Amino acid sequence: MLDYETLKFCWWLIIGFLFIGFVVTDGMDMGVGGLLLFVAKTDLERRVVINTVGPHWDGNQVWFITAAAALFAAWPMVYATAFSGFYFAMMLTLFALFLRPLAFDYRSKIESTRWRFNWDRALFVGSMVPALVFGIAFGNLLQGVPFSFDELMRVTYTGSFLALFNPFALLSGVVSVSMLLLHGATWLNMRTEGDIAKRSAKAGQLAAAVMLSAFAICGVMIAQSIDGFVVVSGLDPSGLAQPTKKIVELSRGAWLNNFNNMPLLWLSPIISLLMALLAALILRFAANRFAGIAFMASALNCALVIVTAASAMFPFVLPSISFPNHSLTMWDSVSSEYTLRLMLVVVAIFIPIIITYTAWCYRRMWRTVTVQEIEQHSHTAY
Amino acid sequence: MINETLVELSRWQFAITALFHFLFVPLTIGMTWILFIMEAVFVMTGREIYRDMTKFWGKLFGINFAIGVATGLTMEFEFGTNWSYYSHYVGDVFGAPLAIEGLMAFFLESTFVGMFFLGWDRLSRKQHLAGTLLMALGTNFSALWILIANGWMQNPIGAEFNYQTMRMELVSFSEILLNPVAQVKFIHTVAAGYVAGSMFVLSISSYYILKGRDLAFAKRSFSVAAGFGLASIFSVILLGDESGYEVGEVQRVKLAAIEAEYHTEPAPAAFTLIGLPNDDDMETHYAIKIPYVMGIIATRSLAEQVIGLRDLQKEHEPRIRNGMIAYGFLQKLRNGEETPENIAGFNATKQDLGYGLLLKRYTEKVVDATEAQIKMAVKDSTPPVAPIFFAFRLMVGSGMVMLILFILAFYFNARRQIETKRWLLKAILLALPLPWVAIETGWFVAEFGRQPWAISEILPTFMATSDLAVSDVILSLSAFVTVYIVMFIIEMWLMIRFAKMGPSALHTGRYHFENLSDDSSSLRQSNS
Repeated sequence: MLDYETLKFCWWLIIGFLFIGFVVTDGMDMGVGGLLLFVAKTDLERRVVINTVGPHWDGNQVWFITAAAALFAAWPMVYATAFSGFYFAMMLTLFALFLRPLAFDYRSKIESTRWRFNWDRALFVGSMVPALVFGIAFGNLLQGVPFSFDELMRVTYTGSFLALFNPFALLSGVVSVSMLLLHGATWLNMRTEGDIAKRSAKAGQLAAAVMLSAFAICGVMIAQSIDGFVVVSGLDPSGLAQPTKKIVELSRGAWLNNFNNMPLLWLSPIISLLMALLAALILRFAANRFAGIAFMASALNCALVIVTAASAMFPFVLPSISFPNHSLTMWDSVSSEYTLRLMLVVVAIFIPIIITYTAWCYRRMWRTVTVQEIEQHSHTAY
Repeated sequence: MINETLVELSRWQFAITALFHFLFVPLTIGMTWILFIMEAVFVMTGREIYRDMTKFWGKLFGINFAIGVATGLTMEFEFGTNWSYYSHYVGDVFGAPLAIEGLMAFFLESTFVGMFFLGWDRLSRKQHLAGTLLMALGTNFSALWILIANGWMQNPIGAEFNYQTMRMELVSFSEILLNPVAQVKFIHTVAAGYVAGSMFVLSISSYYILKGRDLAFAKRSFSVAAGFGLASIFSVILLGDESGYEVGEVQRVKLAAIEAEYHTEPAPAAFTLIGLPNDDDMETHYAIKIPYVMGIIATRSLAEQVIGLRDLQKEHEPRIRNGMIAYGFLQKLRNGEETPENIAGFNATKQDLGYGLLLKRYTEKVVDATEAQIKMAVKDSTPPVAPIFFAFRLMVGSGMVMLILFILAFYFNARRQIETKRWLLKAILLALPLPWVAIETGWFVAEFGRQPWAISEILPTFMATSDLAVSDVILSLSAFVTVYIVMFIIEMWLMIRFAKMGPSALHTGRYHFENLSDDSSSLRQSNS
């Protein structure tokens, strides 16, 4: 049977996996929503774009919901602290996310250009605001956020909403937005034809260029100007969930320690950059022939950006800048051994089932969505 | 100290967002089965009208579903954003069913809802029907896990407090799974959803019959809804969750509050039909009572007593005093004085720790509480009676009216006389809001009746909040109210537009507005 320490590590992997699932699937919808206004001009073109993700957006969004619920179940302190600490950021994301289900379902129900184009704008906002906020949140995680616990483990957060918008965090926001736009662009390039595909390929190249530079600058800043967190003592990987009992220090560039100790990890950011580059090159020179490979490269890029950030911070998941000793790590802010084991079994059963039926649905719905098709099914399509 | 304004605002925000979300959930729960029934008939008989029924009611279902998804996101966020101490204190237990809901139910429902709307041309008939079934199962599983989570809040078994981690930890998953409160709640809630779905289809079909439009379509829809609705309303009433009121302290308190029973009556207790409960003198004035009924409903026996609120409060007082002792030991343990005596002392009293925490409202240290403060905590240990008393009667009253309507609808439909009973069709149309009245008041009884606890006997609501500024919550609450009102207006506008349009909205060329000349074609063309 797995011991507590192994279980905790498994859960670090699972949470990471769920976030990757979220970025690769729902992130793609967000990228598509972000591109909608620019790659499709007429109502029919916009419907083509929307219908490439039409049957899947709701299932994709569940990756996000499940990731949040898994945080609640496996890392309750992280869920409690991050969600209440980032209160307005979370509310902003939430209100933006309201727009997507309504836009998808309501947009084409009324035949009025004004009605439809307003929903298109809503879809844009509902896609780009969360993408930006998630990036900004990640940027703040890497710098640490100001919180501490009292003797009853009640958390107090002392930061302000505006303080979240610092240069490094904004740059992380740019990484996140451009990464998802690239991802959405490779998807549209693969699933549409003609003008829409061409415009998507073009937008994808631009997004890739922005993403590559922003990601590289982030890397340099992490090495040069950002303090990483280091556990000095008092952290027992097999111990109870008591996040206030360790000693933590800050030091410049310490987020690179894991990479230096385990050089294999460098592959993650390097391959990530190469994949973004590959996607961009395909979109530039062989957008039609290798559309699938461009999409896969972009998906891998998304996944590895998450892997890179997570491995830099390991074992931290929510460092505290005001009380570094109270930082939350994947060893000491977790659920009980019983709950982690139970939930591991649940995940082991259901994730393969979910992937199987999701893949089946994608396969059944797979085709190049065309203007002609939308015209034919104008009363049933989104 | 506790910030009472913050607590009040947080409660209002949660109540508003949860009740608003639950305007859409029951219709989704009920409609998925109705759609499955209709589509199954289509697949079995091959008669196109049943496919049209599935598609048309599916359109209305979709309008409702989208806003349900949107408002559901709030619920997933809100424990963390506004109830962070709650999330920490019980996340080990409460988070599990929520995560299982996502993995087992939400993915299933949301993946196949896409197939339901857009997979008609790309799946075979049987595949599509199987997808509809999976969507319905996903929706109902989702309700199951949410009610297991909620049932645990009402009757928190299968978990232990751990002073080292300062939280509740899961010790027996099977206990929270088989929690009797959760079981009855699940059946009661999904059956209520089936009633909502049935009433929705029944009322709108009545409207078409009254207008004399699309009669074949309307009458078939009416039949499905009358049959399914009658079975469902019987389930809701007979398997009402009264049977869950015997287990768990909070449930006993809730039962006494529902009945405004301040004094313990000799068994079997009388049912208070109506009256004026007064928490100050702890008496129910002008009560009209029906002998025996309540004792039989609540305890399913003639001999068992329903304990009154005065006696329940008396029972709570020693527990609060015991809770003070538990809190004293907890402080020592948290300060590192983990001696065997302190651990033993804490373990002997920790079942009353929650009662000790009730004093946190009056004194930060708890152990120094005065007699007056203890008295106030005792008074706090049961919820205000009148709102629960009246909400419950509103729920039951709505249920009774619906029962009569479903019986009549079923009877006259079976005798093929429904077209001539215009008074009944009008009554059914007017009764459309009743399921929602019953459902919302039912949730109010369940959750307001749980007060002062967030988790029964374990965590008082006022301790469960996040450490936010009052202005933060005022801002988010105002935003919720504004945005939800706008969303509701858009949704209702679309819903009414499509409901009025009827199956002509499918553009098959077979229905009312499509066979008419130009005067109505403007309406037709502006909908798709």
